[in-house]
Amino acid sequence: MDTPILEMRNITKEFPGVRALDNVSFKVAEGEIHCLVGENGAGKSTLMKVLSGVYPHGEYSGEILLYGETKQFHSIRDSEQAGIAIIYQELALIPEMTVYENIFLGHEIHSGIAIDWNETIKHAGVMLEKVGLEVNPAAKVKELGVGKKQLVEIAKALSRDVKLLILDEPTSALNETDSENLLNLLRGLKRQGVTCILISHKLKEVISIADTITVLRDGATICTLSAAKGEVSEAVLIKNMVGREIENIYPPRGQRVIGDVAMEIIDWSAYDPKIGRNVLKDVNINVRAGEIVGISGLMGSGRTELARSIFGNPMGFRIKGEMRIKDSKRRINHPQEAIKYGLAYVTEDRKGDGLILIQDVKQNITLANLREIAKRGVVNNNAEVQVANEYKDSLNIKTPTVEQRVMNLSGGNQQKVSLGKWLFVKPNVLILDEPTRGIDVGAKYEIYTIMNRLVEQGMSIIMISSELPEILGMSDRVYVISSGRVTGELPVAEATQEKIMHLATN
Amino acid sequence: MAFLNDLQTVLKRNVREYGMYIALFVIMGIFAIMTDGVFISSRNISNLLNQTGYIAVLAVGMTLVIVIRHIDLSVGFLAGFLGAVAAIAMVSWKLPVIVVIPMTLGLGVLAGCLTAYLVANRGIPSFVASLGGWLIYRGAILLVTISTGTIVIPNETFNAIGNGFIPDIPDIGILPNVHKLTLLLGLLAIVLYIANEINQRRIKKQYNFEVLPINMFILKMVFISGLVAYIIWVLAGYRGISWTLVVVLVVVAIYQFVTTQTVLGRHIYAVGGNPEAAELSGISVKKIVYVVFGSMGMLSALSGILFASRLQSATTTAGALFEMDAIAAAYVGGVSAAGGVGKVIGSIIGALVMTSLTSGMNLMGIDISLQYIVRGAVLTAAVIFDVSTRRIGK
Repeated sequence: MDTPILEMRNITKEFPGVRALDNVSFKVAEGEIHCLVGENGAGKSTLMKVLSGVYPHGEYSGEILLYGETKQFHSIRDSEQAGIAIIYQELALIPEMTVYENIFLGHEIHSGIAIDWNETIKHAGVMLEKVGLEVNPAAKVKELGVGKKQLVEIAKALSRDVKLLILDEPTSALNETDSENLLNLLRGLKRQGVTCILISHKLKEVISIADTITVLRDGATICTLSAAKGEVSEAVLIKNMVGREIENIYPPRGQRVIGDVAMEIIDWSAYDPKIGRNVLKDVNINVRAGEIVGISGLMGSGRTELARSIFGNPMGFRIKGEMRIKDSKRRINHPQEAIKYGLAYVTEDRKGDGLILIQDVKQNITLANLREIAKRGVVNNNAEVQVANEYKDSLNIKTPTVEQRVMNLSGGNQQKVSLGKWLFVKPNVLILDEPTRGIDVGAKYEIYTIMNRLVEQGMSIIMISSELPEILGMSDRVYVISSGRVTGELPVAEATQEKIMHLATN
Repeated sequence: MAFLNDLQTVLKRNVREYGMYIALFVIMGIFAIMTDGVFISSRNISNLLNQTGYIAVLAVGMTLVIVIRHIDLSVGFLAGFLGAVAAIAMVSWKLPVIVVIPMTLGLGVLAGCLTAYLVANRGIPSFVASLGGWLIYRGAILLVTISTGTIVIPNETFNAIGNGFIPDIPDIGILPNVHKLTLLLGLLAIVLYIANEINQRRIKKQYNFEVLPINMFILKMVFISGLVAYIIWVLAGYRGISWTLVVVLVVVAIYQFVTTQTVLGRHIYAVGGNPEAAELSGISVKKIVYVVFGSMGMLSALSGILFASRLQSATTTAGALFEMDAIAAAYVGGVSAAGGVGKVIGSIIGALVMTSLTSGMNLMGIDISLQYIVRGAVLTAAVIFDVSTRRIGK
């Protein structure tokens, strides 16, 4: 058998507290299109970062072989020199520069010590022709649409004489025509001998283009399927992607008493002026008292945008549609008003926009509702410590004192601080965005228990999650969203991982 | 031995906080020795505090501006310009002082809000917005003084703010040549301080909170009382407490209270610590930007009043480089450019450190060229100390 162009052997990569890749092996034959699929967090992106040197040699264990030779990449530069190019979802182009400047950025064509711009422009034209892009090489990249930008990225990779092209979710931001063009281009490149690894959530697309598919799950290789041997179908892929049984990590809920509708949005659309398109389209969602509603969707489906558009719209979307809170129509223009109407929102990225890491536990817990412990604008510091200690005890936050800075706590405990902060505003509707991301199983169990306790007390919870077992284990009802639309609503009894995945990849 | 152990723990835990005080002591000690005690004479200390005044109030405002991750370069010339406006209001428009001062402060707030508008509503980086202000106010000073040049202020009440001292109680025969009202006020301050500390400790104990060990508690009270007593004694030996010092103390007291005890203060530090999280917690970041720049404008006006009053005139170059002194004072005082960290008291100490350097080196007759170099080195060293102890911190 031929030597594969790439072989990764027994790759293991650990982050503090998490094993992101566990003994993964991965082989790509020369001249094929190899697709890498798996749920969010399965380890696809981590694996590609190991390959490209973002995680340098020594930070992981295992071997990388290129054309049968062992390679040690210490930086992206090393892997680029070996002929590997990665194109990420967030494009790495510089918007203010022209197309030709971008294409040759980092490997400029010189004559003497100066850049030879004439040669650069000429070669850029050749590269653009290769990818079938008809634009003026002197146009600024910011003037191009997403689809064309993607092609410029590919032209940039080709200009480096790339052997192995890796695309991370290239079509997630593209419309159907652009996606189809891109896939055709990849087929064309394959005929020219370029090997390609494609990471994608869109299974139809994967099936139409892949020669070989590798499925990752929970940081391990599950299987490698060959299209030529007829091993590939959507059902097989989904089964392998979700595979795992729901373990008994979801605490049982007491009596479920579902009450009236607590919050509802009707024909809800949101237009994001920054990217110039609708991030949400005609969404109808409601949540009742005492109910946990799960919202399932893949990355980029509009989950977080949905939560933020409801919670006072801090990102400045243009919103159409109606919101009702307990039967009264409301228009909410700032998170402050959202809090006033009984909403709370625990963000997905607790370090980025959830907590103030340099402040201590008590200051974080009281931040959203300081007036509760203040008299005429003066904060009662002693009452604050008392409040913080109450939440420390009831949520079992493991910290020596509430004066500990939040940056020194573990992920699970930080998440509990976030939760404490939003429980202190005494909400009726609690929106949880990825409530258990990056925390260990024990802390997860505790957070689930708290969620159950809250709904038993009559609170409504909207839980956004990309972990299907969590959605199935905790929700009463599930909405699936994809490309900013609700593609399905299922009572949990009827929901299965396969059904949800089918709706989410639609 | 237990006493020394306790002392060590307390010092270690608060090395960052005490570092500045220690630095100030060391600097003052060195100058005291080098100048044979002239530096710590009553007259010099009194002068030193008065010289610090107009920078100190700017440093207080600048602290909050830097805490919310912005900068304001316009404050120096804004102070100079508003000082000139105050002078013109008194000299040409014949307005009484009681009207001129609030009017000037109001104009300051307005100017601050203008910067805030550019930053919060128009999304212009504060560096650029305030650099624009720097040029505009610089031109504005020249414009309003174009016909007159330096405007001499004849108003005694106004000039007392920068040069006068609080009156003394009538001589009753004891302690001649000592300012007795100053001593009385100092004594009152110490009594109030001790009463407050004991009261706070009692309340904390009621809540079952941790308090300092009793020996450390007493040591702290003795130390701070002793320090206040010493400063008061030194001041009383000259002409007592100056009006400038009164103004600065009032400003510091208000800002210290607002930043540490109120909802507004918490919101300011939250915006500095993580603006996205603050916005999502229901805090209007825009509003905070307005409040902080508005306060900065008001304090610029105050600084302008203090300076004009001290010189008894409005000059064409008033306010030049004040902004740099204020920014340096804030950084020496432990403000972090990354946002969310910095204390009002720290910046006041920072301002004192910087003025002490100038004053001490002047007394020693050191050339101005070397003075700049030393001040630059101290500024850099202070920030290095700050950055490296931050990592050790809890």
